[in-house]
Amino acid sequence: MNIAIIKYNAGNTKSVEHALHRLGIQPIITDDIEQIQNADKVIFPGVGHAETTMQHLKDKKLDILIKNLKQPVLGICLGQQLMCSHSEEGNVDCLNIFPVQVKKFQSTDNQFKIPQIGWNNLYNLKSPLFNNIDENSFVYFVHSYYCEQSEFTIATCDYIHPFSAGLQKDNFYATQFHPEKSADIGNIILGNFITI
Amino acid sequence: MLTKRIIPCLDIKNGETVKGVNFVDLRSAGDPVELAKQYVIQGADELVFLDITATVEARKTLLHLVEKVAAAINIPFTVGGGISTIQDVDALLNAGADKVSINSSAVRNPDLIDELSKQFGVQCIVVAIDTKLEDDWKVYVKGGREATPIYTKQWAKEIQERGGGEILLTSMNHDGTKAGFALDITKWCTDNLSIPVIASGGAGNNQHFTEVFNIANADAALAASVFHFGEIKIPELFEIDTLKTKELKVI
Repeated sequence: MNIAIIKYNAGNTKSVEHALHRLGIQPIITDDIEQIQNADKVIFPGVGHAETTMQHLKDKKLDILIKNLKQPVLGICLGQQLMCSHSEEGNVDCLNIFPVQVKKFQSTDNQFKIPQIGWNNLYNLKSPLFNNIDENSFVYFVHSYYCEQSEFTIATCDYIHPFSAGLQKDNFYATQFHPEKSADIGNIILGNFITI
Repeated sequence: MLTKRIIPCLDIKNGETVKGVNFVDLRSAGDPVELAKQYVIQGADELVFLDITATVEARKTLLHLVEKVAAAINIPFTVGGGISTIQDVDALLNAGADKVSINSSAVRNPDLIDELSKQFGVQCIVVAIDTKLEDDWKVYVKGGREATPIYTKQWAKEIQERGGGEILLTSMNHDGTKAGFALDITKWCTDNLSIPVIASGGAGNNQHFTEVFNIANADAALAASVFHFGEIKIPELFEIDTLKTKELKVI
């Protein structure tokens, strides 16, 4: 199994790499277009700022590459947000794989802290990505921006209001949470992606 | 529902845990990696590693340790102690830390908070405050050894405005007493800040966690020796109402 983790300026590639090692997979971490194109599966991780990261992807011509990939692709956290059409973070147009808006959490009082940091439960699971995952399983989130609910939502989570904790369209999968930091549940989800 | 977080803290010196531990089944009680794995099994939500050494040589040891921890555990962890530059943070994150915690260096140079959060994102910048009650709550630095004229409430607000992602609030009046957390200053922070607050100092029994979550509304609670010595068992904390659903997290 040849898995490429896309290397870019704001990725937490190390955590994803470690998680795959624990599953017995040796991924390659690369921004080389040919290596990514030839991979069996591609992971697009992310921690960082949407606008600066989109610019970096464009500079490296990774934007065109990612949206045209035909093998299974998994976006994580900022990766999911960048696969949407537009983000309020820096008011930037994104890859438009999912026709979904990325918005900032708005809390009227301090009851809901921003960023959302911690373990929250998933429901309405509907994708092979969540095989053997129970409804209401807890996974780890760290984010101030969220993807709106849409027909491509494959997992929902509530924070202030329901949002898309997972998205899927054709060969593109994405999670807002960090499977690589979500203990045993996260391992199963990454394992599911590897066997899709 | 977002659950409250339980965070064990490990003090590290020259790559080893400092405070004694009495977990059974540990190959080496002083090995932070073994201890970290044990806490993951117990259901800890995150871990904090606090490096209490400061020499250059010890920093290299710390980076090596962070790499080993990152390879071994699959929950988030924060590293704090002696961090004062962008390069320090870059090295720790590259070694696999998810967040860093800064303290004295942020008081000395508040612009550091802005610089770090801009460079790495607010989500990985934890600002720790050591505080002590005088005429009002005041900020202490250098591991609580040095007083400052700064008021904690004002400083907490400033941290938020400058882009701190979370506040780790330790009450020096309560730390080590096992008499409960500082509910008043913790509640003031959670009521008046829009970023999460981690309460620290004073945990002595399960009831103290219930109080700090339900009365002070803390987003997370941190403790060290009561976990290391097994006086409080993390799985038992899941009985607390706000945490109950987390049982589902662990398979």
